[in-house]
Amino acid sequence: MAKRSAPEVNAGSMADIAFLLLIFFLVTTTIEKDKGLLRSLPPIDDSEVEPPIIKQKNLFTVLINRHNQLLVEDEEMQLKDLRQAAIEFLDNGGSTNAAGESCTYCKGKRDESSSDHPDKAIISMKHDRETTYEKYMDVQNELVAAYNTLREREAQRLFNRSFKSMLEEKEKNQFKKDEKLNEQIETVKKLFPLKLSEAEPDKN
Amino acid sequence: MSKFRKKGKGELPAISTASLPDIVFMLLFFFMVATVMRDSSLMIENILPSADQVEKLKKDRTIFIYAGKPSSQFSQFGKEPRIQFNDAFISVEDVKPSILTGIAELNEELQSKVVVGLKVDKNTNAGLVSDIKQELRKANALKVMYIANAKLEE
Repeated sequence: MAKRSAPEVNAGSMADIAFLLLIFFLVTTTIEKDKGLLRSLPPIDDSEVEPPIIKQKNLFTVLINRHNQLLVEDEEMQLKDLRQAAIEFLDNGGSTNAAGESCTYCKGKRDESSSDHPDKAIISMKHDRETTYEKYMDVQNELVAAYNTLREREAQRLFNRSFKSMLEEKEKNQFKKDEKLNEQIETVKKLFPLKLSEAEPDKN
Repeated sequence: MSKFRKKGKGELPAISTASLPDIVFMLLFFFMVATVMRDSSLMIENILPSADQVEKLKKDRTIFIYAGKPSSQFSQFGKEPRIQFNDAFISVEDVKPSILTGIAELNEELQSKVVVGLKVDKNTNAGLVSDIKQELRKANALKVMYIANAKLEE
């Protein structure tokens, strides 16, 4: 019998397999994007201007010691309680701001001995050189969360939408500016301005 | 039965190469997808802390500074946390010139919007971070992003 020639393998489906693989990888990959907490540092100020006197009740002090313990307003506190404490402090609205307006949107206790107005309320944070960065970030995160919670509430109240979605929309349309949206974001930010000061750790 | 008569003398037909381009494309796509662009190899341990109030970072205007303990193959640099910029360890005093050269390499219209991304290992002392921040203030690069892993909502 004569040698039989091998039939040609059909290669037509090869492209399908390739596409299948391509689509599989396309779907399963996530492009890693770095995320983090955005903060602004204060510029170095050499001028010898007397710093304004801030009333003790308008200051919310957060200290982290070298053993990663938290001291808030001279009392030891657990990290999980920090957010609520910061919200209560910022939202207190016990008195008036510099322009003499009282805080109409605050829902806090209006305690005389706590902050006057969100405009005046300052969170002051200080850490030790030996504090771990993890703890430092946890505390920063909680404090930013307190601001975000309050801003979220105000955005819901004023514009009936979440602050997060407003920011996302702004990000999406960064090339065609939406004045109205920007204005709304600024309004919300102004109600609870981020006033978070950080003291330098002591050198020892 | 002339219908079933063999043509030729039974030589093996040439193997079809029609699928070769597909295989090549497949490999190409695989590597395209699997590659992670990384501009500097890390010489330190870098486990980021986690946070849930994170914002996205705009890569085009960011300069990264890394800090942490030297990793095991660089243990000759000691156990104390070090600062890494691009591919080398730098001291705290070198942060300012490094940042300034980094800014100079950026696009001109982005130079004023520069953000410094701090990728710091979570077991580093916060004192080192505040040293870096102090240097950044001197370099007038005031926008700082503490890079963190997004924590899942609990």
